[in-house]
Amino acid sequence: MAKQTAIEQDGTIIEALSNAMFRVELENGHVITAHISGKMRMHYIKILPGDKVKVEMSPYDLSKGRISFRYK
Amino acid sequence: MIFLKTDEEIELLRISNQIVAKTLAEVAKHIAPGVSTSRLDKIAEEFIRDNGAVPGFLGYGGFPKSLCTSLNDQVVHGIPSEDIILREGDIISVDCGAYKNGFHGDSAYTFPVGEVKPEIMQLLRTTKESLFLAIEQAVEGKRMGDIGNAVQSHCEARGYSVVREMIGHGVGRNLHESPEVPNYGRKGNGIMLKTGMTLAIEPMINMGKRQLVFEKDGWTTRTIDRMPSAHFEHSVAVRRGKADILSTFEYIEEVLGNKAV
Repeated sequence: MAKQTAIEQDGTIIEALSNAMFRVELENGHVITAHISGKMRMHYIKILPGDKVKVEMSPYDLSKGRISFRYK
Repeated sequence: MIFLKTDEEIELLRISNQIVAKTLAEVAKHIAPGVSTSRLDKIAEEFIRDNGAVPGFLGYGGFPKSLCTSLNDQVVHGIPSEDIILREGDIISVDCGAYKNGFHGDSAYTFPVGEVKPEIMQLLRTTKESLFLAIEQAVEGKRMGDIGNAVQSHCEARGYSVVREMIGHGVGRNLHESPEVPNYGRKGNGIMLKTGMTLAIEPMINMGKRQLVFEKDGWTTRTIDRMPSAHFEHSVAVRRGKADILSTFEYIEEVLGNKAV
């Protein structure tokens, strides 16, 4: 039986860290640190604690992620 | 946490995996046009219980049956049902698990039903080749990315795509264990493989796009463009020099004869 990966998941920002890093709580309860994608930085998309975001993750390191979208 | 298994534990895993291999062979005998997938499920469950094991998938995360039967465009985790009848020209991926002596066996095979189009046969053959290429990489000193890269480079060179959402996994006292075994990756990346790791390597290869859609039943996944998808799986133990394949396709291919992929 194949295992489902944590490739793209939704989460909520719980804390803003330095250098455009954020602490994000995923829907499954895990807490990871994630940085904003370069494209989002270029377009000055602001992220605040409490925002819902889409996070990309690699199956190799489940403690870090990349924020690819901020929901309205 | 990755559990390294001792030789005794690997032998117990081999017993579970041999039961799975024999179950798949039993299922293979009954695959024909007109058979419903729930009938295959019943055959498998009875066979597993007759061998003193317990179906490994039944109830795992709420899965209702003992087999995963995924037809044509379904990738994995199809739920067997009375209403799904096999037809000539279908392909069906049968994924089976058995639990005995505290260890899980896990293996899968994609069967052609009757005569199948040559391009679909080619997809099945490529997927199976990629599985064995991946197993060659599952030796001590290699890294997880080498396994993924073997599958990815082999399949993508032939114009197929590799599923990202579903991956292989460690297998042992639990059906899904660390580490994760993706079917894609870069050479030399990822964790180092050590003797005693037991992995379920399972390339899932799509003929069209790699994206998946999750059906409403919460389990079944199908390809987004409804093109066929193939899936083969072996449980292997990482050893020095050569990987030890715990499950086997021997019994299945004996039943299939010249129809084997």
